[in-house]
Amino acid sequence: MTKINSPAELEEYRKILKSKIDPNRRWISLCSGSACNAARSAEVAAAIETELEKEGLSGLVDFKRTGCHGFCEKGPIVDIHPEKICYLNVAASDVSEIISETVKENRIIDRLLYTDPSTGEKIAHEDDIPFYKYQGRIIFSSNSKVDPKYIDDYIAVDGYSALAKALFEMNPDQVVDTVKEAGLRGRGGAGFPTGKKWEIARANPGDTKYVIVNADEGDPGAYMDRSVLEGNPHAVLEGLVIGAYAIGAHQGYIYVRQEYPLAVENVNIAIKQAEEAGFLGKNILGSGFDFTVEVAQGAGAFVCGEETALLRSLEGKPGEPKARPPFPAQSGLWGKPTNINNVETWANIPMIINNGASFFNSIGTKGSAGTKIFSLVGKVNNTGLVEVPMGITLRDIIFKVGGGIPNGKKFKAVQTGGPSGGCIPSEHLDRGVDFDELAKVGAIMGSGGMIVMDEDTCMVDMAKYFLVFLSEESCGKCVPCREGIRQMLNILTNITKGNGKESDIEVLEKLCKTTGSASLCALGKTAPSPVLSTLRYFRDEYEAHIRDKRCPAYSCKSLISYYIDPEKCQACMTCGKKCPAEAIVGGKNQIHVIDQEKCTKCGTCFEVCPSRFRAVKKISGEPVPTPIPVEARKIVREGKQK
Amino acid sequence: MDNGRIDQIIDKYDGKESSVIQVLLEIQRENRWLPGEVLDRVSEKLSVPLSRIQQIVTFYKAFSLSPKGRHEIHVCMGTACHVRGAPRVLDTVQDLTGIKPGETSPDLKFSLKTVNCVGCCALGPVVVIDGEYHGKMLPATSEDVLKNYE
Amino acid sequence: MSEIHLKIDGKEIVAKEGMTILEAAKSAGIPIPTLCHYEKLEPYGACRICTVEMEAQGRKQLVASCVYPVEPNAVVTTRSEVIDEVRKMILELLLAHAPDAPALQDLAKEYGANEGRFEKEPSFCILCGLCVRYCAEVKKKDAVAFVDQGPKREICFVPEVASKECWNCKECFPLCPTSYLQAAYVLTEGLVGFKTS
Repeated sequence: MTKINSPAELEEYRKILKSKIDPNRRWISLCSGSACNAARSAEVAAAIETELEKEGLSGLVDFKRTGCHGFCEKGPIVDIHPEKICYLNVAASDVSEIISETVKENRIIDRLLYTDPSTGEKIAHEDDIPFYKYQGRIIFSSNSKVDPKYIDDYIAVDGYSALAKALFEMNPDQVVDTVKEAGLRGRGGAGFPTGKKWEIARANPGDTKYVIVNADEGDPGAYMDRSVLEGNPHAVLEGLVIGAYAIGAHQGYIYVRQEYPLAVENVNIAIKQAEEAGFLGKNILGSGFDFTVEVAQGAGAFVCGEETALLRSLEGKPGEPKARPPFPAQSGLWGKPTNINNVETWANIPMIINNGASFFNSIGTKGSAGTKIFSLVGKVNNTGLVEVPMGITLRDIIFKVGGGIPNGKKFKAVQTGGPSGGCIPSEHLDRGVDFDELAKVGAIMGSGGMIVMDEDTCMVDMAKYFLVFLSEESCGKCVPCREGIRQMLNILTNITKGNGKESDIEVLEKLCKTTGSASLCALGKTAPSPVLSTLRYFRDEYEAHIRDKRCPAYSCKSLISYYIDPEKCQACMTCGKKCPAEAIVGGKNQIHVIDQEKCTKCGTCFEVCPSRFRAVKKISGEPVPTPIPVEARKIVREGKQK
Repeated sequence: MDNGRIDQIIDKYDGKESSVIQVLLEIQRENRWLPGEVLDRVSEKLSVPLSRIQQIVTFYKAFSLSPKGRHEIHVCMGTACHVRGAPRVLDTVQDLTGIKPGETSPDLKFSLKTVNCVGCCALGPVVVIDGEYHGKMLPATSEDVLKNYE
Repeated sequence: MSEIHLKIDGKEIVAKEGMTILEAAKSAGIPIPTLCHYEKLEPYGACRICTVEMEAQGRKQLVASCVYPVEPNAVVTTRSEVIDEVRKMILELLLAHAPDAPALQDLAKEYGANEGRFEKEPSFCILCGLCVRYCAEVKKKDAVAFVDQGPKREICFVPEVASKECWNCKECFPLCPTSYLQAAYVLTEGLVGFKTS
């Protein structure tokens, strides 16, 4: 890659790249994000390369290992262009058929297509699949076209044109004004207006300033940033350089979770290639602007997603948040003005500079412009990453895009905002999702994690789950957080174990008040949210646990028992063989009985009992029926009629 | 890990004091745990007080101060996996291996750890063993999966 | 340094830029309780018992007065129902760990804190960090440090350093509000076997 020394040279290079691309050519894209990798997409990739070679197509049919396509439930995903035929759950063994049938003969392989679960209809083209049809993919649009390890792919889709525009056609103030006017708000969860944040950092005096990409995505169940960084790292880099120019910083850092090795690898490759091309380093594109960026890894601490803790970690210290004021924009890394933004926030910048503020704020809602990427996970059919315009309703996301709840179960709640957020019940499903609407009902939009729950989810257990998480991640410095969470967790553990007391809810609410108002940082201040939102909408579940020692969702181990219905048991012995505690008494034609003393409540019998029998039941809040006498357990089968 | 290799890693970061976490991460990745002598060496070479090194290696979860087993089992306890039944999978894995999260079996065969979201929620519940992802895990299938690891 | 005018408990106060609310209150003779604060050390903001209510720039919030800088025209309240509830809860949380600590007992009486609210887990240390910070900032020896995180956080003597430095120092001992520090030192001494004479 030779260095590009001016915007004119960049456009010339881009023209050449584009001229080599025939829009009607056949090419293959394979999702190679971490989730598809886990589903063995690397084997599919190897098979595609081998097969193309075998058929003499290696030079004629392009094959790109791209970033995340989003439909993670159905990975590995293979798209055949130009028609954009979408094959799902592709295995290495499917590849030779794909090449011979579709690539060579334009014939579609039905069994690899998306099937509508209600109509049985097969859908061949990606844009028609409901999961994709109802989204509005702008940031993610390049993910299925670009090989993140190959900078030319990014340049070919107009990459780095925003950087050239900013450096040569705009001054820093104009860049800040454009971002302000666009109305972009931080995508990391807090939603602070990005333009205003840049303006403050720009205004603070000093020759040394820093810009930082916060890629310490810690909310469990959220992996949007990972997919952006893995799949399109150059978009983040481009945004970062533009921001550095606007603020007056010449050094940047990308702080990535060490649990994201592919993101670390791809962003390092991207930096190297961007440096070679002249988009990073000294005198970028001949503009006179210098900027370098380094990658630093997190070491496994959720609290380092909090910006002051992140700064401490960069400085080589434990991630203990620092009192604000002073804010990082005034005194941040090494005491210098520092601007920290989330990955998705940075990734929005090139599009805003290229298309203008009005393009951006024409999407979304008045207070929340643009799109948002969500990780739609949990008890939902179409698990994956979705990008939608702000303002779309929860119902549309979960049922239209997400395809609803699997196994015929009923929707119960959706959790948004991770450990800082709350659970939203069905009565609010028609609310639009943006920074302000969800806050009105006791949740937050957060960084994008959206966990769908059904009737089998115990909401008291969910509150406990988040407190377990927060107690493991609290830095421990301040009393309201460390001790408040400790005691809240004690209470919730007791409640889920059947040892709850009448006064528990009141004490919980008092603790929530102190922790929520007096903690040092946002981790502590928002820790009460899952407790408060589940108490608000599911108080009856708390009361059932405390008063009746009953778990309405039949989930809390200490409050449920497994019982084999003697009317339904057909003595097939499946459960007995699988029971890890050897707690099931019975044999062939002998109705099975669970020995409650030995039972560990693992739930295996419930899972393996054949669906045509459904003999295993969960009981809660009432005693287990006495086992029927041994003599009565014999099953007499009718002889076969001739 | 010998001092030569440690010094090599430290030199990569120009011996900067602020690089202590990055240095320890690299050593952890290569050596799979951090023996006391390694911490002493890093403290000395980077001029970072031992007390801060102690605080760092106990604060951040990536670091292990005891040797790991041949096979590292990571059970994902992220919210999506939790909702799909991860706690029961963890209970079963604990019963089968005889160890709790953070522990290594006495025969040094397995080390068990819980992790908070590996970002493969579509495959949940997820258990990662030696970097290999096992999706849609159930208590019933856990034994068969673990049997494959000697 | 410019002057900053603010009100604390109705009193007009003139403070210097860069002062904390705690310092400004002290200069006016207004008492605010503290546990982790010590003039010779950098303010820490960990115990949160110095929490006060501040109204400035149209916003009302609770802040830790030992670290929060004075703001022009701020209206600060040091006692109220909300503040007292917070302080009471903080004391009850700490009393679970160090029920006999005199500093906690005195404040508990003033705020009506119930020592038995939470089940006792007598670790005796309230993690105020006075010992750790004194050794780091004043003595510059780093002989005692925090380890672990969250509810597992505790103080720990670094044997290699403590065996050399502590035996003729022990200046941090009188700072400890619960006398846990001395116990921890003696225990470490015993376990590691370092000499004190």
